[in-house]
Amino acid sequence: MELTFYIAAAVAVLATIMVITRYNMIHALLYLVVSFMAVAVVFVTMGAPFMAALEVIVYAGAIVVLIIFVIMMLSLTREDVEQEKAWLQPKLWVGPALLSFVLLAELVYLLVIADMPAAPAVAGSYVDARAVGLALYGPYVLGVQLSGILLMAGIVGAYHLGRQKKKVIHRFLQEKEPQKERSAVL
Amino acid sequence: MSAIPMETGLLLAGVLFMLGLISVMIRRNIIFMLISVEIMLNAAGLAFIVAGSHWAQPDGQIMFIFILTMAAAEVSVGLALILQIHHQLKTLNSDAANFMKG
Repeated sequence: MELTFYIAAAVAVLATIMVITRYNMIHALLYLVVSFMAVAVVFVTMGAPFMAALEVIVYAGAIVVLIIFVIMMLSLTREDVEQEKAWLQPKLWVGPALLSFVLLAELVYLLVIADMPAAPAVAGSYVDARAVGLALYGPYVLGVQLSGILLMAGIVGAYHLGRQKKKVIHRFLQEKEPQKERSAVL
Repeated sequence: MSAIPMETGLLLAGVLFMLGLISVMIRRNIIFMLISVEIMLNAAGLAFIVAGSHWAQPDGQIMFIFILTMAAAEVSVGLALILQIHHQLKTLNSDAANFMKG
């Protein structure tokens, strides 16, 4: 089980590195699916199989497919890949990458010197879906309702923002086919 | 199951979060920035799962469910915004959308 965790962790990190270095969006998204799958394997080794299933269904399934659909709607061409390659010059990414590595080094140092509280003496760390469901609809039921409100706001916001508004131009300013436009109004 | 030390899981979450942070800073394409935000949210959820597994409590997994809900709502609104920006500006460059004149 330990070896499985380390292999999955290495796959997740490598796939994420591939995501952030690709120039083609579809390639990056396919590597992102691999990364999410590896994180799902990590969840299984951590004793959370229900969350692993949710990770595959929602992240690797719904969210990535949604992004792929939007990329298909945008109809990107080879020039966009070239543009992406032109934007990603080493002198642009070296600075942020170095500063982020400094932050990561600090985090590693703090994690190493900190003495983690010992795990309670329970048989394994496996938490099944039943315990999660009982806690979710017991003490956390307010959070579930807030999540519902958030999803509702997300639906309304996505519909409102995604609507393509029809341009309204005064008929004196219209240049092409004024006759057809008037008949359409009538 | 509890043979994996907690530090290792938190380190994995930290590394994934840092990769997403780097990507959101160095990219200029809005879709890549949205993908990077997804990576960072996933890393935050992984940290919750690791902590919940350490104490064998369901609270970490519940927080992951909430993060998942938030990520789904965020990506739908973000993609609608991306479609609108692409429709208005005919580009995916985030620098082109910095005037904010309605």
